Amino acid sequence: MSDPTQNAQPKPGEVQTTGHAWDGDLQEYNNPLPRWWLWCFYGTVLFSVLYWIYYPSWPVGESWLKGVGTVDYTITDKQTNQVKEQEFRWNTRSLLAADLSEAANNEKRKAMLAQVKAASFDQIVKDRHMMDFVRSVGKGLFGDNCAACHGSGGQGVVGLYPNLTDDDWLWGGAMDQIHQTLVQGRKGYMPAFGAVLKPEQLDDVAEYVLTLSGEAKPSEASARGKEIFHGPIGGCYYCHGADAKGVPSQGAANLTDKIWAIADVPTQKTLQDKKAVVKGFVTKGVNNTRIMPAWKGRLNDDDIKLLAVYVHQLGGAK
Amino acid sequence: MSDNNVELYQKRIPIYPRSVKGRFRNLKTGVLALAYIVYFLLPWLRWDRPNAPDQAVLYDLPGRHFYIFGLTIQVQDIFWLAGVLIIFAILLFFVTGLAGRVWCGYFCFQTLWTDLYMMIEHWVQGERPARMRLDKAPWNREKLIKKGGTYALWLLVALWTGVSFTAYWVDAPTLVVELLTGQAPYAAYFTTFFLTATTFVMAGLAREQVCTYMCPYARFQSAMFDHDTLIISYDEQRGEGAKGRAKLGKGLKTREERQAQGVGDCIDCGYCVQVCPVGIDIRNGLQYQCISCALCIDACDAIMDNQKWPRGLIRYTSENALNGRKTRLLKPKTIGYGVVLTAATAILIWSVLTSAPYTGTVEQIRQPLYTQLADGGIRNTYEVKLNNKLTAPMTVGIRIEGLPGATLDMDGMERIELTPQERIKLLARVQIPPVVGGKAPGDKVTFIIEALAGATAEPIRREVPFYVPAGN
Repeated sequence: MSDPTQNAQPKPGEVQTTGHAWDGDLQEYNNPLPRWWLWCFYGTVLFSVLYWIYYPSWPVGESWLKGVGTVDYTITDKQTNQVKEQEFRWNTRSLLAADLSEAANNEKRKAMLAQVKAASFDQIVKDRHMMDFVRSVGKGLFGDNCAACHGSGGQGVVGLYPNLTDDDWLWGGAMDQIHQTLVQGRKGYMPAFGAVLKPEQLDDVAEYVLTLSGEAKPSEASARGKEIFHGPIGGCYYCHGADAKGVPSQGAANLTDKIWAIADVPTQKTLQDKKAVVKGFVTKGVNNTRIMPAWKGRLNDDDIKLLAVYVHQLGGAK
Repeated sequence: MSDNNVELYQKRIPIYPRSVKGRFRNLKTGVLALAYIVYFLLPWLRWDRPNAPDQAVLYDLPGRHFYIFGLTIQVQDIFWLAGVLIIFAILLFFVTGLAGRVWCGYFCFQTLWTDLYMMIEHWVQGERPARMRLDKAPWNREKLIKKGGTYALWLLVALWTGVSFTAYWVDAPTLVVELLTGQAPYAAYFTTFFLTATTFVMAGLAREQVCTYMCPYARFQSAMFDHDTLIISYDEQRGEGAKGRAKLGKGLKTREERQAQGVGDCIDCGYCVQVCPVGIDIRNGLQYQCISCALCIDACDAIMDNQKWPRGLIRYTSENALNGRKTRLLKPKTIGYGVVLTAATAILIWSVLTSAPYTGTVEQIRQPLYTQLADGGIRNTYEVKLNNKLTAPMTVGIRIEGLPGATLDMDGMERIELTPQERIKLLARVQIPPVVGGKAPGDKVTFIIEALAGATAEPIRREVPFYVPAGN
């Protein structure tokens, strides 16, 4: 039972009670929240309501309340290359995009890109600022689009993807040739000779091919192979050239240098193994395994141009 | 429960320092004038730099350069700042061990600005009794004008202090125009406002409480005192005599009369207490609040001169000297700090004087580690980073040595003219001819980056690995 007592006001050093006593002497302290604290609390309640309205908040069915907040930033249309300012709903993603498009470095990047766009390949190579820009932007583009096959440093995979850092180029290593390769793509092709040549002939051709780059010494077999290579039976010189140095317009490999793009000769220990590898490719040919996709349409022209310069500086021909 | 009678914070007891004239007051005023001339005028001093800002002292954070007269400090040299801070710290220890809180009394910005604010107060409201009267008086027209005037002048000083501080970080004339026309960046307004507010609060309102309660230096300086440290002290033997101090009175007028009666030289005029900016009585001995400003010495000397008694009842002395022993200046502590101070200063000066006008680094590109070339040669590629630290153009040449037969190809940038303060990354290809007989010419190559024109410096040598695949 509670009795209201008269003296609920505290004496100095005492705490106020609610003014009721139960069971004779049970009292309850009255420790109200400080007024300032209460007002802060009401403030946070009001704040949360405004927050719900402004920012994306409650889930509603399969969607959510989008909020009334917006962010403006400039975007570049991938198809038309047009730059325009557009309004987006507030979210952290558009906030980041806005930050990026307004950052001081973005202005510098745009100016540099315009400069690269207007310059010829020769001018770009001679200008260290443009090259610096190409290297830093190109690294990202290359990583996003090319590294999956060619490796992050452009080193490629023997037999599958050409090494872009060496000085042997199947389709030509001049800047405009690389540019063309990027724009239209490439498809490496070599016919299979398994049905055309006899096994001994295949052996002879393989041995001859190895002599071209000094992997094997000239022998009777290689002499027979030479006749097949340069004669009407094999006709290898149609594509690889009379000097066997390859024809870039055909994508035919240079067989006289130390670089083996398809047949992994350098890692084979014995001559027999080397011959076997070469013979294998002569027998089966190369078809549908070495395809470079066309990048026009996937990347915009500026990016392709940047990539052409980037790939060229990796190891392109002078 | 809670005890309502205990206060957590002591209420500030107002201090109304009386003005005083004397040697130490003149010294303090001199230091103040010099410090203010430097602080307020330095940002306005111009300095001719051909390709950089023309402000003599400018800390350009966005541009990542500190310009100090003829010296341009780049980001990578910021450790000099650490050197300067170390030197200041040791200098503080050194001076404090020798001469006590000299920094606090004469040089600290808290002391300087408080001093100036007190001068303004004195100029507007008058001497100590007048100020005390004014504080007690009811709010009327006179009080409003005097108090308001003081606060307005304080605010002006604070504002100009804030603007001057901000001017060290941006071009001063531009800043003032921008601040006035509302075009300054947010950071400039904030910095100016912050410095204005802190100056006003610290020098105008908080004053000695900063030194007593807030400042860590004030506390740890006391820890560096010893019996030989110069302190400001009341000569208790002379001042108190056998029977203690006494006011000038009947039969206590001359020194002889007083000494005959066993009364000391202190006439208990209280002048030393009235002039004290931290509100202590120096006659109670050394106290942690004392900032060693020496104004009580001036006060007491004035009284002694007036009495035609010898000066020095309150004076710079040491605990040993007071007790009749000799003061040792060449203590191991002093010598130790002195040696470290000299060494640190010498190292910093050497480092600044011998700093290269440019930097160059070379890093091997490891993706791929090497490239097999068509002719059988091997190529490694490197990234060369150059940084021209000068505000003038310079020409840098890059060559290699230490790897027989190797050639360097940098697309014609083996000789490069760097624009002022340029940083650039270049690609370097090093290739060796086909390896004969399975013996590689070496696994290292040294890049030599040398200044060819525009600067003189030792060439930078960078030895980097040159990778040749096994079996070659």
